[in-house]
Amino acid sequence: MSQDIFVVIEHLRGEVAEISYVMLAGARQLSQSSGGNVTAILLGHNAQGLTGNLAADKALYVDHAALAEFTSDAYITALAGPIREHAPRAVIFGHSSIGMDIASGLSAKLGLPIVASCRSFTAEGKFVSQICGGKIMAEGDLPGPTALVTMVPGGYKAEQGQSAQPPAVTTVPAPTLEGLRVALKQYIEPDTSDVDITKEAMLVSVGRGIQNKDNIGLANELAEALGCAVSASRPVVDQGWMPTTRLIGKSGKRVKPKIYLALGISGAPEHVEGMADSNVIIAINTDQNAPIFTVAKYGATIDMFDLLPVLTEKVKQAK
Amino acid sequence: MKIAVPVKFVPDLVEELTIDPSGAALDTSWLRLIINEFDDHAVEQAILLKERGGGQVTVMMTESDGADDFLFTAAAKGADQLVKLTGDFSSINNHALAHVYADLLKELQPDLVLTGVQAHNDIDGAVGPLLAELLGLPYVGYVAGLTVQGDKAVVRKEYSGGLVAEIEVKLPAVLGIQAAEQPPRYVAYSKIRQVMGTAKIEERPVAGLDLSGGTAVSRLFQPEAAERATMLEGGADEVADRLVAIFKEIGTL
Amino acid sequence: MEITLSPLSPSLSKTFFTSLYELADGERIRACLQCGTCSGICPFGYIMKFPPGKMIGALRADIFEQVMKTDSVWMCVSCNACSAFCPSDIPITAALMTRAKEEMLLAGNIPTELQAALENTQRYGNPMGESPRKRSDWTLGITPEVNILGKTRQPVDVLWFVGDYASYHSRMQAATKALVKILNALGVKFGILGPEENSDGDSQRLAGERGLFEMMAQKNGQAFKKYKFNEIITTDPHAFNALKNEYPALGISYPVKHYTQFLNERIEQIKPLLKKEIKARIAYHDPCYLGRVNNIFDEPRALLKAIPGVELVEMSHQGMNSLCCGGGGGGMWLDGFQWEKAHTRLSEWRVREAVAANADILAVACPYEPPRFEDAIKTIQTASQLKVRELAEVLAEAMDL
Repeated sequence: MSQDIFVVIEHLRGEVAEISYVMLAGARQLSQSSGGNVTAILLGHNAQGLTGNLAADKALYVDHAALAEFTSDAYITALAGPIREHAPRAVIFGHSSIGMDIASGLSAKLGLPIVASCRSFTAEGKFVSQICGGKIMAEGDLPGPTALVTMVPGGYKAEQGQSAQPPAVTTVPAPTLEGLRVALKQYIEPDTSDVDITKEAMLVSVGRGIQNKDNIGLANELAEALGCAVSASRPVVDQGWMPTTRLIGKSGKRVKPKIYLALGISGAPEHVEGMADSNVIIAINTDQNAPIFTVAKYGATIDMFDLLPVLTEKVKQAK
Repeated sequence: MKIAVPVKFVPDLVEELTIDPSGAALDTSWLRLIINEFDDHAVEQAILLKERGGGQVTVMMTESDGADDFLFTAAAKGADQLVKLTGDFSSINNHALAHVYADLLKELQPDLVLTGVQAHNDIDGAVGPLLAELLGLPYVGYVAGLTVQGDKAVVRKEYSGGLVAEIEVKLPAVLGIQAAEQPPRYVAYSKIRQVMGTAKIEERPVAGLDLSGGTAVSRLFQPEAAERATMLEGGADEVADRLVAIFKEIGTL
Repeated sequence: MEITLSPLSPSLSKTFFTSLYELADGERIRACLQCGTCSGICPFGYIMKFPPGKMIGALRADIFEQVMKTDSVWMCVSCNACSAFCPSDIPITAALMTRAKEEMLLAGNIPTELQAALENTQRYGNPMGESPRKRSDWTLGITPEVNILGKTRQPVDVLWFVGDYASYHSRMQAATKALVKILNALGVKFGILGPEENSDGDSQRLAGERGLFEMMAQKNGQAFKKYKFNEIITTDPHAFNALKNEYPALGISYPVKHYTQFLNERIEQIKPLLKKEIKARIAYHDPCYLGRVNNIFDEPRALLKAIPGVELVEMSHQGMNSLCCGGGGGGMWLDGFQWEKAHTRLSEWRVREAVAANADILAVACPYEPPRFEDAIKTIQTASQLKVRELAEVLAEAMDL
């Protein structure tokens, strides 16, 4: 039994997933109240190099051909041993397509408690989970002796989980991985021919205030700099300035990106219905009485045509 | 092929959620329950599989307000067997629920268990993977579409950023459904009423719950909700700087 | 278009045909002359693969399956123009189109937007999926307090059935509040059902969901029974139509008036209160379920005419031949679907007519209309000066309330 905090590093196709750094940042905070080290656990095949920029005190690396790509079966088997053996204070997983496939299974397999949707830890080491679509926060003592935790983004910045100082890596022998019932056949690349706006992490959305078709180019430039897509409210689509696949609202798509940047959208109920579930709504509209400002978290009444070129430039610089 | 779909109800977020005087639980007097949206997709996916390759679909849930309506609606969509677990579920957690379902599924011996990949009130993990481990079955979550080929299922698992992995799973297995291949269908109310007259809900009493795996919460609170947007003042330069900072903070830049 | 004349399965045409006989005047369908008036007057007839006349033709030719394979029936906005002008008095909207939509719905062939509205109605008692507890939130802050019958349990003269859009839609709430002021100024003792009110269900019925309509009617009927009142008034012509023409068959029968009728009965009391001049050319839009279906054309016009300064002008479609705003029969919840097919909206057509009539104000008396027409104005450049006002808003302004 130890006071260490384990972080199960998520990676896909040779890249460490962003959430891993957020988890490391959370683990760092938790380690301050628990008094242990932060240990990254990396499972993979010829993937030791991925530990390079992890902000961890040490790293455990498990190498096996069957761990080259993520599958729940192999990961659960490979993680059970080290967790049992080290009995750390907590094991942090992503509340993600990877972490959620294995954390609950390990909870049942090892008889360990689990905390889901954790957003942050308090200074006293309590967990704070974000539930009910973000409408409720749940706080509690981290259950013991070893708590499994799945973590959502938002509580910590990824940079806090990155370090120029690589952790010391200990290679742990892989268990026997036979009789696996889950196998990756292939990856299918996302279809880039038409963007699925429901899956974008951020949307730059234009409304009637864009005035004409040519001005959509300004929104496109910003979206390109941000690496996200442009969507629209109904008047813009009706004019034929944007395809129907980009329409948001009652008669279009319902979206919930992390950031919804509404440019020149008044915020009629028909539109709000399609985007109200976004994590953060930012509205730019010259009409200070526009209803969009009652659903937005941030707003500005600046003229979007003044703002857009400057903003695009600053985004490019910030990358 | 036998397909089992264990589902659960969650608080309806259309209603204002309030916290009870203890401060550690939701006020149930105002709570309205609704089917977990991912579970609704699991039911739809099960019925699509049945329509494509035949089989028997069993939908199961614990008793609560609206449970009968939900089960009858599932039957009107094409579910064959409806099971309602009866007992006191007021203090239930996902670990206990998984145990209850596991007992029932050991008896039912399905080839495939489909359930929602998560629910918005999950605090002690998700039902699907807990259930898989209790049954000794493999689990794959974030599934959006699958085909069954002999004793295997080939599923489409979604990762963030739109990447999809095609994964082969040996049956029997538990799958956490993110989205059915088509949105849950609508059934005319007259059809549901008709089914109410013919379909039967099997009631299964549950004696006691094993609540030991749950996670205790000591305090619930609501994040501060602004009535109105925080206004960013200043010219293009200042507003753009603030926006870049916000993009960075939230992690889209 | 491919039409095969070999009867695939004669049963659907036959069973469908005979099912029409069970409806009021349904057997009149046999009297169809195939004159084509219905298809011609239908505002979307030109887009439908099977406009009403062709649907009847397909029934007779035993190829109704082919109608059901298309989605053209979802272009129908239940505006009743076809029925009103049918020389054989066939209840085309009430029987043929509505039954066809029911059939489509049973087959699961339903656009997703409409599905969401129906699911919301089933669950929340309103098509927009708002919390039923918040149905009377629009009354917050109004003085004197609006009488919510479940709270006060006082007998009233008038039960005001506010309806979905008038209760929840942020644009319509302004008109709803205007009517409160008018009723108070006239000293009317009224109350509302508040959270106990459910959708009237009429548009859901006309969109093919009869079972859901009956469920709504029963819930409203139970609420009516709990309170003492002499008559019901409605904001929504669809609610008016349901209460007047459909609920009685379900055993729910009360005297009911649209608010424009109710106010017009008190026009002599209102006239001296019209202190403020409104210098404007006003075009009045006849809502389908007030005008064409229920013959209420004069009352709203009389109220507008009584306002000093108002010049009432008529648009090219008016009265019995009025043009639908596009919101009826489920059109309110098929906006994207219909736009995809037509690339135009009936509301835009109507706004252009108002502009052509040189109107300053387009006055309406149906809660579906302000948001629809105001959206249309956003996309029509020549309409930028046109204002859409609910009749109650115009009256309240003239009464200086």
